[in-house]
Amino acid sequence: MTVPTSSGALERRRVRVDRGYSRSSPRLFRGSGIPWLYLAPALVVLGGLLAYPIYQLGLISLFHYTQAQVSGGEATTFEGFGNYAELFRDDQFWQVLLATVVFAAACVISTLAVGCALAVLLTRVRAVPRLALMLAALGAWATPAITGSTVWLFLFDADFGPVNRVLGLGDHSWTYGRFSAFFLVLLEVVWCSFPFVMVTVYAGIRSVPSEVLEAASLDGASQWRIWRSVLAPMLRPILVVVTIQSVIWDFKVFTQIYVMTNGGGIAGQNMVLNVYAYQQAFASSQYSLGAAIGVVMLLILLAVTLVYLRLLRRQGEEL
Amino acid sequence: MTIVSQVRGPRVKPVRRFGRRPGRLAAETAALLIAAVVAFPLYWMVLSAFKPAGEIESTEPRPWTLAPTLDSFRRVFGQQEFGRYFLNSVVVAVAVVVASALIAFLAATAVTRFRFRMRTTLLIMFLVAQMVPVEALTIPLFFVMRDFGQLNTLWSLILPHIAFSLPFAIWMLRGFVKAVPEALEEAAYIDGASRARFLWQILFPLVLPGLVATSVFSFISTWNDFLFAKSFIISDISQSTLPMALLVFYKPDDPDWGGVMAASTVMTIPVLVFFVLVQRRLVSGLGGAVKD
Repeated sequence: MTVPTSSGALERRRVRVDRGYSRSSPRLFRGSGIPWLYLAPALVVLGGLLAYPIYQLGLISLFHYTQAQVSGGEATTFEGFGNYAELFRDDQFWQVLLATVVFAAACVISTLAVGCALAVLLTRVRAVPRLALMLAALGAWATPAITGSTVWLFLFDADFGPVNRVLGLGDHSWTYGRFSAFFLVLLEVVWCSFPFVMVTVYAGIRSVPSEVLEAASLDGASQWRIWRSVLAPMLRPILVVVTIQSVIWDFKVFTQIYVMTNGGGIAGQNMVLNVYAYQQAFASSQYSLGAAIGVVMLLILLAVTLVYLRLLRRQGEEL
Repeated sequence: MTIVSQVRGPRVKPVRRFGRRPGRLAAETAALLIAAVVAFPLYWMVLSAFKPAGEIESTEPRPWTLAPTLDSFRRVFGQQEFGRYFLNSVVVAVAVVVASALIAFLAATAVTRFRFRMRTTLLIMFLVAQMVPVEALTIPLFFVMRDFGQLNTLWSLILPHIAFSLPFAIWMLRGFVKAVPEALEEAAYIDGASRARFLWQILFPLVLPGLVATSVFSFISTWNDFLFAKSFIISDISQSTLPMALLVFYKPDDPDWGGVMAASTVMTIPVLVFFVLVQRRLVSGLGGAVKD
């Protein structure tokens, strides 16, 4: 759907990359039909269950499609961009969009900060503490989003949760206020997503030649200085990857919000775009509005992806 | 366990990285404390699953229990169809892991071992496909499944999950396939191996470790899925999966915390086991995916 628009640019890029490729590895000139044979199952599945639904999503967003049309009681009518116009007039949409962006940004920044700090910490400790931290992080990483959500809710439960006891908050409810509910979800999201950053960055730090770090520390550089001036620049490719992955994951948070705030919070105060689209479609049967929200999300994430590709290309990565 | 061995690696030369500093004790204390904090929610989950009802619903929660009981687990397994849900989850996850691993292996081989028109375009499209918000596609997929009469069947969960785990799997497997030396391939052909023989009897076993690492991600996303199960399995509850069983106990107004924690424990353990089994490949696998 959106790919053809950029194919011109891709075409140019491809030519350049391919030329580089053929020079470096002539072995790759081989049978022409076989790669397509190998690719066929993947393309069939992706075409049928990814590309086609995307096309359908765009289509539904252009029609008037509610319960009456789904059950076949009324004919579908073409609306053009009517659904989008309705969406953009809706104050709640803008509110949800803003909340999504701010929430995702907060999650990404917290996850990266925690993940990188702990990766550096891992390089400074001996085996036992390192093993303990690694195992704890793997446990958090492996926990399914839905169980993580219920467990964190229970920890912060107003009546029976240990956190309120320890902090002496009485029966303060964390899910009642808008910000405290978002904060609670943020904690859970950071908890289950920092291990990916930590493990990846740690693997990256270990691949940095030790002489470089030794030289820096002999020159009297502080930990922060070493990170900022030596490690961060050397780890840039890895940092780009984990940042973009985090942006994509956190922008799409669904289960945590849905479970922890019970479908978007009181009066929808904790909605993010994903939950909003779902509620519009399946709770209010406004399938076309839900689809329009989906298209907006798709476009935002596509923009993020294009930035990612540019960054990769600037680093001279070969696809 | 490679993480363990990796973790042990630097101990041989402890002074190598940053030198011995007085701050190390502080750093190690911090690491242990943070590990405890990170592990605490899981500890609390398992603990609460074993606590008797009176201790869970107590306003003085204690971080231990003197009277562990299996009551909550009994309630979970006593729930009419829990075994069925568990089995459904396993069937869906295994089907997705096996199918997406095989399909991704073929596709990754095609894009790393061959040069053909559109190769780079395809790679970029796989990358873009990773970004597609799965949740937004629930709406059209619902209608696709309805039109093919697949609502309320496990196929409605298996097929979309294969599609959604493929792009990442292909992208990640590339590194593993690339790492197999070309000389090996040439040698195989010189020895008269057919293309299929090379693919399945030489390349496949060599890439298998990477395939296992990759499958963690498809396994987790499938096992965890709750949106599709909620949206596509609407009337035939016998086709439901574990997350829905968990939600039976979780009623926002009056949650049965013991049941929720026991069901959460049951649901988390297979993932943890899977993770521990494959974690040795995970770090190197991520390194590979990150490097290319």
